[in-house]
Amino acid sequence: MKLTRREILTAFFGLPFALSACRSNSENKPVAGEIVGANVDVGHILRENRNYEVPNNNWENVKVAIIGGGAAGLSAAYKFQKSDFSDFVLLELENKIGGTAQSGTSDIVPYPWGAHYLPVPFQENAELIALLDEMSLTEGVKETGEIIVKEQFLCREPEERVFYKGRWYHGLYLHAGESETDKREYEEFYKQVDFWVNWRDSNGKRAFVLPVADCSRDADVLALDKLSFGDWLRQKGFTSERLFWYCDYACRDDYGLKLDQTSAWAGLFYFCSRVRKSGDESQPFITFPEGNGRFINFLSDKIKDKTRLKTVVLEIVPSEKGVDVIYLNTANNEIRGLRCEKAIFAAPVFTARFLIRDFKKGAPAHLQEFEHNAWFVANLFLKDRPKTRFARDFPLAWDNVLYESPSLGYVNSTHQKGLDYGAAVFTYYYPMCHEENARAKLFALDHQELADIVLTDLSRAHPNIRELTEKIDVMRWGHAMISPRPNFLWSGARDEAQKPFRNIHFAHSDLSGIALFEEAFYHGIRAASEIISAK
Amino acid sequence: MNKQVPLLFLNVIIIATCGLIYELLAATVSSYVLGDSVTQFSLVIGIYLSAMGVGSWLSGYLDKDLAKRFVEIELAVAVIGGFSAPLLFLTFASLSYFNLILYGTVFVIGALVGLEIPLLMRILKDELDFKKLVARVLALDYAGALVASLLFPIFLVPKLGLIRTSLLFGLLNAGVGIWGTWLLENLIKKRELTILRIKGFIVVILLLVALIKADSLTTLAEDALFADNIIYAKSSSYQRIVVTKGKTGYSLFLNGNLQFNSFDEYRYHEALVHPAFAAHDGQPKRILVLGGGDGLAVREILKYPSIESVTLVDLDPLMTQISKSVPALGELNKNSLNDARVSVVNNDAFVWLDANNAEPFDIAIIDFPDPNNFALGKLYTTRFYNLLKKKLKPDSAIVIQTTSPLFARKSFWCIMKTLEASGFHVKPFNTTVPSFGIWGYALAKLEPFEAPQKPSENIELKFLNENSFASMFEFSADTNLPKDEEIEINRLDNQALVRYYESEWRRFE
Repeated sequence: MKLTRREILTAFFGLPFALSACRSNSENKPVAGEIVGANVDVGHILRENRNYEVPNNNWENVKVAIIGGGAAGLSAAYKFQKSDFSDFVLLELENKIGGTAQSGTSDIVPYPWGAHYLPVPFQENAELIALLDEMSLTEGVKETGEIIVKEQFLCREPEERVFYKGRWYHGLYLHAGESETDKREYEEFYKQVDFWVNWRDSNGKRAFVLPVADCSRDADVLALDKLSFGDWLRQKGFTSERLFWYCDYACRDDYGLKLDQTSAWAGLFYFCSRVRKSGDESQPFITFPEGNGRFINFLSDKIKDKTRLKTVVLEIVPSEKGVDVIYLNTANNEIRGLRCEKAIFAAPVFTARFLIRDFKKGAPAHLQEFEHNAWFVANLFLKDRPKTRFARDFPLAWDNVLYESPSLGYVNSTHQKGLDYGAAVFTYYYPMCHEENARAKLFALDHQELADIVLTDLSRAHPNIRELTEKIDVMRWGHAMISPRPNFLWSGARDEAQKPFRNIHFAHSDLSGIALFEEAFYHGIRAASEIISAK
Repeated sequence: MNKQVPLLFLNVIIIATCGLIYELLAATVSSYVLGDSVTQFSLVIGIYLSAMGVGSWLSGYLDKDLAKRFVEIELAVAVIGGFSAPLLFLTFASLSYFNLILYGTVFVIGALVGLEIPLLMRILKDELDFKKLVARVLALDYAGALVASLLFPIFLVPKLGLIRTSLLFGLLNAGVGIWGTWLLENLIKKRELTILRIKGFIVVILLLVALIKADSLTTLAEDALFADNIIYAKSSSYQRIVVTKGKTGYSLFLNGNLQFNSFDEYRYHEALVHPAFAAHDGQPKRILVLGGGDGLAVREILKYPSIESVTLVDLDPLMTQISKSVPALGELNKNSLNDARVSVVNNDAFVWLDANNAEPFDIAIIDFPDPNNFALGKLYTTRFYNLLKKKLKPDSAIVIQTTSPLFARKSFWCIMKTLEASGFHVKPFNTTVPSFGIWGYALAKLEPFEAPQKPSENIELKFLNENSFASMFEFSADTNLPKDEEIEINRLDNQALVRYYESEWRRFE
């Protein structure tokens, strides 16, 4: 059944906003653009749960198969290359490498389709720093031992602004019009953050640090995973609406979850893991017009000859000697097989139960705990950027957030390139954490409906956004990121999932419970190292 | 009718005054916007007078309803004359056919005014004998001209401005027209009287609305904002450009900020350009200018015979275009942007430096607006200066305008520190530009150097000589580097300069 415009807008933004939007925009011209990304039907072949026959002469021998060409799979390949091991192939379902860190290109500027920044890693994260060095992003080391990232790769000021009741304000936390209580609670909140930044366990480990594997397992810290971030705030006596909004925004931004859906451990991780010591600023962001696509392109350029795109892995069959990987080449609909010694499973964890033969009959219980959430990301191609409406409005920033919207607002891709006038590409993010049956709802919408949602939302701040927009492309991420809900991160499921299963090693940010490039990178390197050291 | 004759004579004075005012307005507007006042006054007076002749001649073809025609002509003059100055200012933005509109308007007003006196004389011919009639009407006509010529420069232009003057005299003309329907009541048919009066009141209302609304219209509002008369105003995709003409000369404003005044701009531009040449040891051939779309820095650069090429990178194509096409600006920059050695690139200098593979330059002159927003602030960052370095030779010299060390002391020294952090050796200097106040610059090279003490020889300069040149490198106690304050370096990821600048200039708002 086709939904009306009002019904769709109500589902996304609530009835009052939908009514006013329908009143003021009775006529909407169709917008150019398309839905991009993987064909859902191809992905869902996996769920058919069949056994496949590979013709005899379609088998080839390769030592290692990497399944999945996102940040984790590419990081594993990078580690192999660095270790002079080259007998591997990488299989990717889509026609584009990168998973949720992939990017697109336009005449003006490249733009992200998902992940779009990396906080400068602490000096301890040596593997990741080595990657940054190799990419020539750094220029030396400070006296403290922390790396110096070249100026042009650090997010340019102005970094963030927030739109509230008709005006744009500096920053992400809304300071304008705050009450004494708001101020006090904001300060108190950061005291709590400071406490956890400085906290160390008996072995000197931090409570929150990247990668998650280096975090303390002290009971005091893990207790935070047993309640939601919202409950934690309430238990601490916080009441400030704007503080709750701020924390809710953080959860939606990093995890695609609402405040009350997010583990308090994950909530505090967001605020604490990138602060060196109390009083320090959060680590600055490394970013590029194409977002983390820069990392993906760097990693994937090295292994072009080993990458097979548009290949649907149908089944992974562990054997006595190794592991067989059966896949469909969608270019010619040919079923092919790889006889491997080892495989790295670098796809989202939930897909393991549709792919690994032993799991098809009965998936291990820990796999049930991995839940993913749905997002959609839209790239708006604008012929000109919206003008500031009031002289005192804070100007267009890198990250532009709408206080009253369930979306995350948009990132301006031209920002980091220094393009401050004229045409621009805005990347709009919408985590579907407010909706019931989010995934089904998302896939029921066509391009025009999704474009209308984006434009209607942005017209709160930019009334003429429709005239400025020449094209909108939309990516639907059905399983965008792992959900760090309470009682998942430290239940033991992650530890179980990370153990090799026969000759299959696992690598994915899902295994950290937190969808960050650093985590994907960590697991890719780890899985590859496991295989190398076993040799 | 007889009693009303003196009143009709009063009309003659008003009509004559109005007529001359429109003529003066057109001549003034055109000399403001097109420059060359001798030509403009001469052309406008010539066209106006000949058009009056055409009008007088045409009056011979009017036979019936003279009184009604007279009122109608008054109302037409009220509309066309009254709106002439606003019309000319608004259409100047569309330069290509401005001349046509200007001279067309002058001709139409002239022709209508030329009709007035002959018609009035024919209406009055039955009341007086011919000898007296001619004597009085013409005497009063010339007296009105005197009133106008005295009022215009002494009271009208300085107190009301051109646009309000224009509208006000339109109202006077309309008043004469409406009054005429009473004075000449028995010469006009009853039914037509009513129609004429309605028309008259519509004209009055239109002019009144325009007079009241004058302030809320953008261009006209600027008229009040700027002390001087606006001769050019247009918004490009990047900024609002306004050129004004006042007692001290022409001024250019970008987004309301003064860029130069022709009275003392030579001080600013000589200081901007010549220290770089004095600090360069060889024969500079390739010059880069970033910003400076007004062409005034290029004017100074072209004084050096060794110049082979000048590349000017300015964001706004409208700015560089009007520097070539608005005569007042072209006169001031000596048509520098049309020189064969000069090539103009319209791009953001940051983006251009990042993307461009141009050969290195001997001298770079950097003349951006002050860093009052992030988009401008990025042009003063370590990143920007590092990009610039790649376009320089080891012995290149650069000068950068760096805002006022008096009004924005921390901002000024922040730029110096930023340049040093980018690997430049810097000699800060400052001078007085009355329109701006104490103004600051940075002279910088990639190799260590001594501040030059005098300008290069054989260059014709109005401001710089040995005394003024050497003294520019001295800083007073209140403009010197603040001793006790930590000053940050301006980087893309902190934009410290924009914060300094905003807090320092806010004190003067």
